[in-house]
Amino acid sequence: MKDDITRDERVENLKGMGCSRKRVEDARFTQGKGNYVDDIKLDGMLFGDFVRSPYAHARITNIDTAAALEVPGVIAVLTAADLAPLGLHWMPTLAGDKQMVLADSKVLFQGQEVAFVVAEDRYAAADGIEAVEVEYEELPVIVDPFDALKSDVVLREDTVGEDGKPTDGAHGPRKHHNHIFTWEAGDKDPTEEVIANAEVVAEETMYYHRTHPCPLETCGSVASMDKVNGKLTLWGTFQAPHAIRTIVSLISGIEEHNIRVISPDIGGGFGNKVGAYPGYVCSVVASIVTGKPVKWIEDRMDNLMTTAFARDYHMTGKISATKDGKITGLHCHVTADHGGFDACADPTKFPAGFMNICTGSYDIPTAYLEVDGVYTNKAPGGVSYRCSFRVTEAVYFIERMIEVLAIKLNMDAAELRRINFIKKEQFPYTAALGWEYDSGDYHTAWDKALETVDYNGLRAEQEQRVADFKAGKTRKLMGIGLSFFTEIVGAGPVKNCDILGLGMFDSCEIRIHPTGSAIARLGTISQGQGHATTFAQILASEIGLPADSITIEEGDTDTAPYGLGTYGSRSTPVAGAATAMAGRKIRAKAQMIAAYLLEVHDNDVEFDVDRFVVKGAPERFKTMKEIAFAAYNQAIPGVEPGLEAVSYYDPPNMTYPFGAYICVMDIDVDTGVPEIRRFYALDDCGTRINPMIIEGQVHGGLTEALAVALGQEIAYDDMGNCKTGTLMDFFLPTAWEVPNYETDYTVTPSPHHPIGAKGVGESPHVGGVPCFSNAVQDAFRPFGNTHTNMPHDHWRIWKTASDLGLHG
Amino acid sequence: MIPVAFEYYRPKDMAGVLSLLEEHGDDARVMAGGHSLIPMMKLRMADVSHLIDLQDVDGMSEIEIDNDAIRIGAMVTQADIIDHPELAKVAPILREAALQIADPQVRYMGTVGGNVANGDPGNDMPGLMQCLDANFTVIGPDDEREIPARDFYEAAYMTAREDEEVLTAVTIPRPAGGYAYEKQKRKIGDYATAAAAVQIVKDGDKCASASIAMTNLSDTPIYSEAAGAALVGTSVDDAALTAAVAAMWGDIDPTEDNRGPVAFKNHVAGIILRRAIERAWSRA
Repeated sequence: MKDDITRDERVENLKGMGCSRKRVEDARFTQGKGNYVDDIKLDGMLFGDFVRSPYAHARITNIDTAAALEVPGVIAVLTAADLAPLGLHWMPTLAGDKQMVLADSKVLFQGQEVAFVVAEDRYAAADGIEAVEVEYEELPVIVDPFDALKSDVVLREDTVGEDGKPTDGAHGPRKHHNHIFTWEAGDKDPTEEVIANAEVVAEETMYYHRTHPCPLETCGSVASMDKVNGKLTLWGTFQAPHAIRTIVSLISGIEEHNIRVISPDIGGGFGNKVGAYPGYVCSVVASIVTGKPVKWIEDRMDNLMTTAFARDYHMTGKISATKDGKITGLHCHVTADHGGFDACADPTKFPAGFMNICTGSYDIPTAYLEVDGVYTNKAPGGVSYRCSFRVTEAVYFIERMIEVLAIKLNMDAAELRRINFIKKEQFPYTAALGWEYDSGDYHTAWDKALETVDYNGLRAEQEQRVADFKAGKTRKLMGIGLSFFTEIVGAGPVKNCDILGLGMFDSCEIRIHPTGSAIARLGTISQGQGHATTFAQILASEIGLPADSITIEEGDTDTAPYGLGTYGSRSTPVAGAATAMAGRKIRAKAQMIAAYLLEVHDNDVEFDVDRFVVKGAPERFKTMKEIAFAAYNQAIPGVEPGLEAVSYYDPPNMTYPFGAYICVMDIDVDTGVPEIRRFYALDDCGTRINPMIIEGQVHGGLTEALAVALGQEIAYDDMGNCKTGTLMDFFLPTAWEVPNYETDYTVTPSPHHPIGAKGVGESPHVGGVPCFSNAVQDAFRPFGNTHTNMPHDHWRIWKTASDLGLHG
Repeated sequence: MIPVAFEYYRPKDMAGVLSLLEEHGDDARVMAGGHSLIPMMKLRMADVSHLIDLQDVDGMSEIEIDNDAIRIGAMVTQADIIDHPELAKVAPILREAALQIADPQVRYMGTVGGNVANGDPGNDMPGLMQCLDANFTVIGPDDEREIPARDFYEAAYMTAREDEEVLTAVTIPRPAGGYAYEKQKRKIGDYATAAAAVQIVKDGDKCASASIAMTNLSDTPIYSEAAGAALVGTSVDDAALTAAVAAMWGDIDPTEDNRGPVAFKNHVAGIILRRAIERAWSRA
């Protein structure tokens, strides 16, 4: 048999890995045909919404729901008193703490859920909310974690034992009743000794402000309890639907097989939709109570003010080096503000996430990290906003410390990075804080980046600009922001990564249909990442069927294999690996079928793009399409009918994407307005599955990095009032504010991943934030600036200029 | 973000509007583009039992230009202002300012009348109209009257318009000389951190007249007569600019908000005004 097309054409037809295949999701999304949680409408569906606390800290002395129940259309009002008999007035958090579902005699942050009004529609619910009368007795408010650790005020009564002493928390003893945990990594004494005896030490204190992922779609759920068959169906904005099913089962007592959790289309997650929220629980309880489906959907203010924030890390660093710039030690202390409940979404054993990646891309022989988690009267959360767990904080910390050290050494910051990078030949590299970096080639990436932007030329231009500024010829300064990041993604190995005891493996199940098309189901869930496009590409290359013939399905726990969901750039490293491995199982069986059909021994055929060929006789082959059909219509001795496979993948290690970013910024000293002139981003995410999607992810991540660095913040006043609860004050950049991004890449495949891919969705955010921030800070370096805190909004930049005496 | 229930009216003529206003008093509000009122209702900060939509009332969507004046109907949108070639020629500052209001979607709905009548100190058109010495036409149950823009604003959301009156048009004397609308904002869609409207007439190499108004730096727009006066008779040199800025500072009274503290706002107001004057002067 002969082909009428070439091998290259056969490869092209598959649209497999490396191809910029157009996103199959987009036809739906761009035509308004998506199906989001709020699009779900069921017969008789009710709507529930919350009475929320106006106070940040108060005792509740009475809740009177009588008037609300008189409001036309209001069906029921749930309070903690109604949930307590079911044990549902509190719920476990992912961080080992517990959180009030509805206020149990007090509130701990503004906007906290106090009562749940269930009505025939959302208008009646809103009227009902207004009619609920809650009596509050205000308590002293603590919004600063340092104050919290000194205060006699007890925020959480469960933190004080009968002996009056702080109880133990989920991660060990408390230092104070408002203290949640201490988490350490590395060697304390040796690090302190190295720093004490070092030739040069730079120290800095920095605050990584509180911000919010702010996905376009807010959080919501629809619960439908079918009392006849005892089954609960729960649609929701869940980044981890299976984990939600297990949690719902554990806290409600409903057997897990009777719970079906569905994540439909999700309009962005960025970490905001990993955890469990009171709204989910209340919609379930309300459906059980009323016997009708109940929908809960946040509005924008609810989302910004009450669902999971990100960051809020107060970091103090010391970095030591020799006179010629070789780093010898790093010390980091973090005071982490977790708000009223510790609802961080972190693997259980990592209460500060992977903050211990804070030695960055550098060969630092000795290091120590200590994180103290603290309660305050702010909203709970602490999620990983477009990053793996706390990696953005870690990378910001080290990339600022490098800059501060460069100032102390009076050295070029690009050169300081270069002489301290982990060398290519040192991989796999075990860092001082414990992680084993799988692979990297930092010098190649850095040199490519510096050369592409003409780094030396930029520095010369900057020098001239400073001279012009001093001579009164310009009022604009120029900043060159550098950032070299190493991410740690793909959580993770079951031996050290779990969430609520669930190992962080992931899964893929493939069914090949007789006509040579297929469906693959995964334990992950796309929130815009394009899984339906890219996972089909992985499979196309692995099993030799065109990506266009492969349906990817996620998000329905009744059909998808168990997985831990999508966040922390884990889908490609973990579920992508499961997909490849399941594909290889398909291929192994296909090989036996092909050999039978070709009447040769199994070992005499080999896989080639879309077929098995007889070794040495390429004209004798069976295509995967033919093999698929044979799997269903031939009785093959020793081979079961059908062509299906499932794989659960427990990754042997994390993956470590890296990249080199450079930003050129002009800053108007008089108004504080920054203008981004150029942004260059080189990413190494290992094997590249779909370059177009990678580019899109990089643009998105950089834009969210720009937002955070230049103004996006959740701010509170002293009374604990959230000052940034609307998009008027919360900065969400539009096309107008976003510069042109130049993207570039190197490829250093992960040695332990089946296809060498490392994950990319979060790299640009992780690397972008310090890059934008460093550009602002670098502009003021010639005038004596060492560090100023983000967000670098107009007035804070202006204040930096003012404090440096640049306003004359 | 769900409003209290309200009655919605869409009268066909002004008589219908006025009779509804008379009937319901301050329980009623008229709505043009709705960009200020609807969010306030959804936040339940504005309690409007009777909402009167002006969309079907004729005669308020025209831009008329004659030899002396420009008359802009209250329902003319910011997008209409931007897309009107003759207006752009006769009073280019209107287009320059309108392009700095919010984003295209808002500008398709947001009207000149709504922008000036609402009394929100963040709105751009009130200061601009003070700079241009506009008159606002308001119609009430008994008569129609003109109120100068410079006398219209009393405090935030408090204006010289009575509850039963409707603002129907803005009349602007044809502006002369150079112009500039300079605005600093944090992002698209934001109100100004500081904004300045400047119109300058040049005679030889001296400033013959200058009109200056500032936005979002007090609880009303600020027409700074003194700032304009500081430029008249000068060659708009550095000393004159400094004097104008100092005079403007005497008139504004910014407050701290998420955009920044008072010292920053004062400083930026000075910079923005200086730049506006320089640009207007270069065009005079």
